[in-house]
Amino acid sequence: MDLSNRDYFCGIDIGASAAKLVLIDGQGRAAARAVRRSGLDYARTAEACLQEGLEKAGLAREQVAAACSTGYGRDNVPWVDGKMTEIACHGRGAFFHFHRAMTIIDIGAQDSKVIHLDQEGRRVGFKMNRKCAAGTGAFLEEIAYRLDLPLAELNGLAEAATREVSLGSFCTVFAATEVLEKIRAGQKVQDIVKGAFRSVVKRIAEMDIVRAELVMTGGVVAHNPYLAKLVEESFQTRVVVPPEPQFTGALGAALFARQGKQRTVP
Amino acid sequence: MADAPRRDLESTKTMKSVMGDYFTELCQGPERGTKTAWCTSVGPAELLYAMGFNVFFPENHGAMLGASRMATDLIPAANALGYSPDICSYLTSDIGSYLKNESPIQKMNLPGPPRADVLVFNTNQCRDVKDWFQFYAREWNVPCIGIHTPRSIGQIDEQLADYIGAQIESLIEPLERVSGEKFDPDRLRQVVALSRQCTELWKQVLLAAANRPAPLTFFDGTIQMGPAVVLRGTRQAVDYYQLLVDELNQRVAQGVGAVAGERFRIYWEGMPIWGKLSSLAKQFVELKTAVVASTYCNSWIFDALDPADPFRSMARAYSSIFICRSEEYKEQYIKQMVEEYQVDGILYHDAKTCPNNSNCRYEMPQRLQRQFGKPYLVINGDLNDLRLYSEEQARTNIEAFAEQLAET
Repeated sequence: MDLSNRDYFCGIDIGASAAKLVLIDGQGRAAARAVRRSGLDYARTAEACLQEGLEKAGLAREQVAAACSTGYGRDNVPWVDGKMTEIACHGRGAFFHFHRAMTIIDIGAQDSKVIHLDQEGRRVGFKMNRKCAAGTGAFLEEIAYRLDLPLAELNGLAEAATREVSLGSFCTVFAATEVLEKIRAGQKVQDIVKGAFRSVVKRIAEMDIVRAELVMTGGVVAHNPYLAKLVEESFQTRVVVPPEPQFTGALGAALFARQGKQRTVP
Repeated sequence: MADAPRRDLESTKTMKSVMGDYFTELCQGPERGTKTAWCTSVGPAELLYAMGFNVFFPENHGAMLGASRMATDLIPAANALGYSPDICSYLTSDIGSYLKNESPIQKMNLPGPPRADVLVFNTNQCRDVKDWFQFYAREWNVPCIGIHTPRSIGQIDEQLADYIGAQIESLIEPLERVSGEKFDPDRLRQVVALSRQCTELWKQVLLAAANRPAPLTFFDGTIQMGPAVVLRGTRQAVDYYQLLVDELNQRVAQGVGAVAGERFRIYWEGMPIWGKLSSLAKQFVELKTAVVASTYCNSWIFDALDPADPFRSMARAYSSIFICRSEEYKEQYIKQMVEEYQVDGILYHDAKTCPNNSNCRYEMPQRLQRQFGKPYLVINGDLNDLRLYSEEQARTNIEAFAEQLAET
């Protein structure tokens, strides 16, 4: 092990559901990734992610020159040098892959964001969902629970749908009730799941307008790539997804750590 | 250099004592035989003071219920009575406070809001104020009278001044019946003159924040405006604001900012989130961002008041407030504020239960950004009902907005 190379940077994104960690080298190449449930003790989860990442990359802790946190738990990681919001980090991570003006749709477990970047990667605006779970991963979790399905099966089912059952409710709880009605009416499960996916896309579409090429990031599209196809249909435009989209925020944080610009206000 | 901690304004101690005296007088009034009028915050308070009433402002009480974080527990009592959780949460928290007999005024060792002998509204802000007052009028079988102001006003013309002025004048007779005293026009002129002085000083207070660094912020303003709301037209308010202006001038001369290391300057559009003032103020200090101006605090500047023409000038003053003006006027107003206070970005508070004072619902932020290029942020919340506020989302939004300002 060459311990002399200290040119590694760490980004950790503690989300409402999952904690994601990325270690990058000086060129921004990922050396390792780690993900686990955020759990109740964010500091402990962060430590476990870091240990896992270091082990996978074959690095010693001292080789990490700087670290930056993001996500809901960004204030709870004791060993970072700074923090940035997930809005900044998803922007930074997406721009690393696609060097142009873009509109990013990030769907997370608890919130969704629309982020606009100019051709230099500067943020020109952003929107977060309101205090409501519609249009987020939490909505799909609720529907999966109602349909008694493991989350991992949703994407395959939505893809297999032959028609689409429309869910009209804005509210997650009422949509779940609607799902029960559809089951009672004998609708096919895959058609209901596709309807739930469509509902997420509708909620996103009403948040903001698309100003440039669409990029999707976040854990929900990582596990449900069919959502990107529905977004393409809905917005009538191409959607690109960066590699490992669940880690885009963590990558952005690592890039901020590398840049030495890890605080909202230095 | 280490950041200096935020310094409280010295004058605040005096303000607390002025407000304490006001509430003591208000609560003791009935024993001494002084009649109590309830008045909307932008209602004809000058007329009521001139006619010898003690004046209670339920909106001020609403703000106290919000700031003391009692509101969220009291609102459900009003909801159960038939007042929807979607309507004004000042109304629902105040009625809830009455129903449960719990008020922040009781924490001052006073019995709580005095019963009204008459309720006087002005619909210049919304219809909810009238609905609110009518509840108490039915409850206590007392008169509820008021002024109906048109909405979406463009120019304040003579016709409007005549129309509203006549409505104010027509309140005299029913008020005389309640007070048992004859209206004295000289007394009204004196009160209007004092109210005008209060307004001029309050304007100077707010304008001090046009300096860099700003010696006070919106969060100071929401607290400091108490006397301008409840005591305008009295000598106490004038004396207090003279003291505050002097302190702020001193801060400006010494270059003392309310936010140490001020980097960004924000305009706050919409209602305060009363129950979260201190945590928001703290977050903005951490972000080295000063909220230097707001529509809300500026709504208590009544330039039109003129003792020589009390009724029509009150009509002009109370029809001039932002909330009852046309969209064109509002755009122009914000543009001017952004320039005058050298604002970097605009924060719109979309208050769920206050549609009339949430100006982001008809595409205004997007239009204004196109017009003069300042970035904006919308946060969802409420004036009093904290069930409608997600602290984490607001915090992240504000932090991300400061990051964005740093990038541009």
